[in-house]
Amino acid sequence: MSRPALNRLADALPVRMGTGWNRLLSLVALLCLWQIAAIMVDDPGLLPSPLATLQAGYAELVRGNLVFHVAVTLARVAVAFVLAMLIGSAIGFALGRSQALDQAFGGWLVIGLNLPALVTIVLCYVWFGLTEAAAILAVTINKVPTVAAIVRENARALDRPLLEMTRAFDVKPARVLTRVILPQLAPGLMAAARAGLALTWKIVLVVELLGRPNGVGFQIRTFFNYFDIAGILAYSLVFIGVVIAIETLLLQPLDRRLGRWRRA
Amino acid sequence: MSGVVLRDVVRDYADPKPHRVLCGIDLAIAEGEFVSLVGPSGAGKTTLLRILAGLDTDYAGEVGWQDARRPRLGMVFQEPRLVPWLSVLDNLLLVADPDETERARALLAAVELDGAEAALPGQLSGGMQRRAALARALLVRPDFLMLDEPLISLDGALAERMRRLLNAHWREHRTTTLLVTHNIAEAADLSTRILILSPSEGRLVADCALPPPDPRVCNDRTVSAVVEELRRMTHAWPPAGSPDRPGHEEPKSSGAISRTG
Repeated sequence: MSRPALNRLADALPVRMGTGWNRLLSLVALLCLWQIAAIMVDDPGLLPSPLATLQAGYAELVRGNLVFHVAVTLARVAVAFVLAMLIGSAIGFALGRSQALDQAFGGWLVIGLNLPALVTIVLCYVWFGLTEAAAILAVTINKVPTVAAIVRENARALDRPLLEMTRAFDVKPARVLTRVILPQLAPGLMAAARAGLALTWKIVLVVELLGRPNGVGFQIRTFFNYFDIAGILAYSLVFIGVVIAIETLLLQPLDRRLGRWRRA
Repeated sequence: MSGVVLRDVVRDYADPKPHRVLCGIDLAIAEGEFVSLVGPSGAGKTTLLRILAGLDTDYAGEVGWQDARRPRLGMVFQEPRLVPWLSVLDNLLLVADPDETERARALLAAVELDGAEAALPGQLSGGMQRRAALARALLVRPDFLMLDEPLISLDGALAERMRRLLNAHWREHRTTTLLVTHNIAEAADLSTRILILSPSEGRLVADCALPPPDPRVCNDRTVSAVVEELRRMTHAWPPAGSPDRPGHEEPKSSGAISRTG
């Protein structure tokens, strides 16, 4: 193709395709690759096609299992996520603002960050039994160090002149926290929330797989026992979709709102 | 009760090399005085302000407030120190009660920022941010007002209007005020007393009382004589940032002001 023809083709394409369209095209490409791989493998028991996976998911939906198990898992994710964010933020803030505390307990954080999730889960189940509390505790313990580490870095970098200003004017501590400190921690909290959401649900699935009688993880174990790959993929995709929806509809708009002043 | 007494206040810094910023400061500021602290860069003016505000506690000596505890402060820092994610109005209300909204708006109008209430600090010029900081300091009805070069980046006419505002505020409330400035004319225009800090080792080298600026009478002979004397004292100061000025001698006073060093 000649150079002018290439230029005309380039002109004919939309100059700026929206990010959303690009993502959609990318996902369609992934589906195509999956379909091609399924045709090449030619064994629905090993790699079902996207359509077969959709049918398996629909069957679960009609039976009422899909909504129930996804809701149970989401509830566990929500509780563990909130607990981990609250505890991790408090620990991170304390370590970031106090050199003495950081020197005393910073090492614990390193251990927490490097502790395998599986070890925590197994230990919690062994020590506290196969209970809901043990499951939530295991997920929370896994997530807390990550949140604390991110918040600690943000807390260290708090704007000292602004804090001095609030001291000089004797601004009430609650007001300093909500109007001066938390907005500065917001980018770190958002980063912790986004990274944490992805991490939390993966750990929840392992927790459910190992010791809960319901939830997406439990269902995956059941499908694994029957070598039902379509069911495993259906549940996984639905849950990925839910987490992406939370990220897109909740976390991203919140992030944009909190960072609005930077663009002013 | 907002007077303050400093006894033998010494402040040393370790970085970048050990040096003394304030050296044996003995000073009493009575309630209702408008005191200007004049000195070259690095003389310790801001350090003295920070000690009084309780932001620097790593000093030797004593600072005693007349009322035993620190009075309500209004402070304009060298930088505006506005919270970047709060609107100008919310920046003012951060340090005051929420029911002070109308007063905050009035003060913003007084510093010629009416219409900028909803703007974020990043949308304002440096001079506008300084004026917002000035309005914030006045909003808290301070017992003791500390102003660290509050008018430095304002153009001549605007700075003059802000000086008139400060003068009117002092005449109305008689708020004890400590103004840090390089500008002797500005100090003489606003103050009841001018203190001079030496270029090195932060000693108080002059302390001169002026008639109250109620308002300042043009060509007041006492004031003119003091200004002339202070100018003569300070014109030989080396430029800001120069080292410890070997061989520098403090000029002799002609008697219009008292020497304290």
